Amino acid sequence: MDEGAIYAKLNEIFRDIFDDDSIVLTPETNADDIPEWDSFNHVNITVACEAAFGIRFKSAELEELSNVGGLVHLIQAKLG
Amino acid sequence: MTRCYAVRKGEVVPISVGLGMIDLAWLPDDSEWRVRLRALPEGSGRWEALVALARTRMDFTRTNQLDRRLAETPSADEPKLKFAILGSSTIDQLVPAIRVSGLRRGIRIETYTPEYGQFRQAVLDPASAFHAFAADAVLFSLDARTLVGEVVLEDAEAAALIDRRVAEVGAWWDAARGSSDRLVLHQALLPIFPRLLGNAEQRLPGSPAAMVRALNARLRDLADQKGVDIIALDEQIAVDGIDAWYSPALWHRAKQEISPAAAPMFGELALRIIDARKGRASKCLVLDLDNTLWGGVIGDDGLEGIAIGQGNAEGEAFMAFQTYAKSLAARGIILAVCSKNDEANALEPFEKHADMVLRRSDIAAFVANWDDKATNLRRIAADLNIGIDSLVFADDNPFERNIIRRELPMVAVPELPDDPSRYAEIIAAAGYFEGVAITAEDRARGRLYQAERERRALEVEATDLAGYLASLDMSLVWGRLDAVSIPRVTQLANKTNQFNLTTRRYTEGEIHSLANDPESFGLHLRLVDRFADHGIIGVVIGRRVDDAFDLESWLMSCRVLGRGVEETTLALVADEARRAGASRLIGSYIPSAKNGMVREHYPRLGFTLIDEAADGQTRWQLDLTQPIVVNPAITLKEHQNG
Repeated sequence: MDEGAIYAKLNEIFRDIFDDDSIVLTPETNADDIPEWDSFNHVNITVACEAAFGIRFKSAELEELSNVGGLVHLIQAKLG
Repeated sequence: MTRCYAVRKGEVVPISVGLGMIDLAWLPDDSEWRVRLRALPEGSGRWEALVALARTRMDFTRTNQLDRRLAETPSADEPKLKFAILGSSTIDQLVPAIRVSGLRRGIRIETYTPEYGQFRQAVLDPASAFHAFAADAVLFSLDARTLVGEVVLEDAEAAALIDRRVAEVGAWWDAARGSSDRLVLHQALLPIFPRLLGNAEQRLPGSPAAMVRALNARLRDLADQKGVDIIALDEQIAVDGIDAWYSPALWHRAKQEISPAAAPMFGELALRIIDARKGRASKCLVLDLDNTLWGGVIGDDGLEGIAIGQGNAEGEAFMAFQTYAKSLAARGIILAVCSKNDEANALEPFEKHADMVLRRSDIAAFVANWDDKATNLRRIAADLNIGIDSLVFADDNPFERNIIRRELPMVAVPELPDDPSRYAEIIAAAGYFEGVAITAEDRARGRLYQAERERRALEVEATDLAGYLASLDMSLVWGRLDAVSIPRVTQLANKTNQFNLTTRRYTEGEIHSLANDPESFGLHLRLVDRFADHGIIGVVIGRRVDDAFDLESWLMSCRVLGRGVEETTLALVADEARRAGASRLIGSYIPSAKNGMVREHYPRLGFTLIDEAADGQTRWQLDLTQPIVVNPAITLKEHQNG
């Protein structure tokens, strides 16, 4: 899956989780940009990504994620 | 929709094999869900629109979105329920799913959860916010680490710990109930611990895995004594797999023992117990016949042609489903039949087929006719004197399922998978018939209903059929006979018995010659709608006779009855005949043992009688200079090759 396709799918996930159709993700988007991106929703994002992309994150990886660019790289690496 | 996957070196493997129940696979998928969520009305109609959205298949993200809209919806006169959830670890992910499971049942749930880690104080302090909340139902969601820990114990220590936990939990239940008639629910411990011995884990009583199992057994006994209900997550995990419910990474990250992905199913399981306790569980399973209780179409395939019974996999799968239905009847669920069939055909397997597990005496209400099924379901509910909202309707045909969901939204209509060997699994997973106890009366109920049943004349309510048909976006795609269509046309002409005006049979060679004869026409018809391409479902063959076209064959698959396909077909045939210069259509009806349903076919379409023979054969004609009434719900399209 190319980066564009991952962003498209991720954008949909974020819009659903935050119930906000105006979200447009960039590599720099982080928790400061989306007020409701708290630790509860952070877990929801990771679980939704696992289901949508058919991947599993390691415990350590859940902690490391600081922005969307990092998340996309991680997903890309897992999809191989 | 969302599924769970495990990954092995770049390869994606579904974890949640089977039907993927944690996203509620028995509910229909709504491709317009997002659009409908965005377009929720304000004020009147909003609650009903929310309930309708909740009755579709959904993952936890949709559940949370719906919960947010629910919170924005002012409370009105809908039924309410106060629900307290007491957790020993993070349970925030479960709360929206509890509320949305209530919404699915038309109930507004107000929830209460104590601060993290405060469930003991909440229960034991009579002055706590929990007691002030005055819940109608309270659910204990206690994690396995809190109750048994992760460390292996000596045998005696393990026994003492389990005794202590049973006493503690029993005291919490009592304190939570107080002097009220509050419902108390307790979640079984999740089997999350890796085994230490393996297959013989029970021989190491101090292993955490063995303690979870032992404590679950003891809590079940105690629950029976105290009138508490256990949410059987351990058994649910045996169905879904532990990975669908629990991820160690989520525990370590967020102290969530239950994954958000499993929350929708958790909410369902909890609310089913409430349904059962409040007497709202479904009471009656209404079964279609053709391709639901047996493979094939009894009216076309006959007693010997249907698939039921030993000897082939399909027949055994249907037999297993019948056995499941019969077992439900044995525990008090009423069985009914609702089928589009001639009654005599429909009854024949029940009376004469040796491999049928269900017999006529198992069916409390048996309705087989050609009326629409919404009318028949009303009839069944009235006959049995039960609420129409206590019916579950199982039908393999998506058209029938969708029309019932639309006309009778209070009837539960599970999605049935393509494979009949999965019918029982999905009906069980949907939990319609949840029970909390079984009585001798339950066991006798099926027979009771049948014995006391009386036939009553019923006022047939009109249903908005035209509106439904219009919403299906139906197209009738027609083509002339060609090499591609001839095999299917020949097959259909030779096996269709019920909707077949003349029951004329053809060889493939005869159909070929028809295709090349300028004085004849043969048309095949394919029906496509919003839900499916039904393939070639109709054939009309006509021959030129002087100024008329004589329709020597007109046949149609019974699957598409009741949609106005006949009218649209007539409009097409009339065009073809006019183009060839004909001024009349002539149609014949030749009675057979199976085609009684089309005796009135031509007069229904406006044909007038030419003559009637002694054997019941009739001939009809239609003046082509008169305009033909067109059915607006179906668009005619010519088939394009390639």
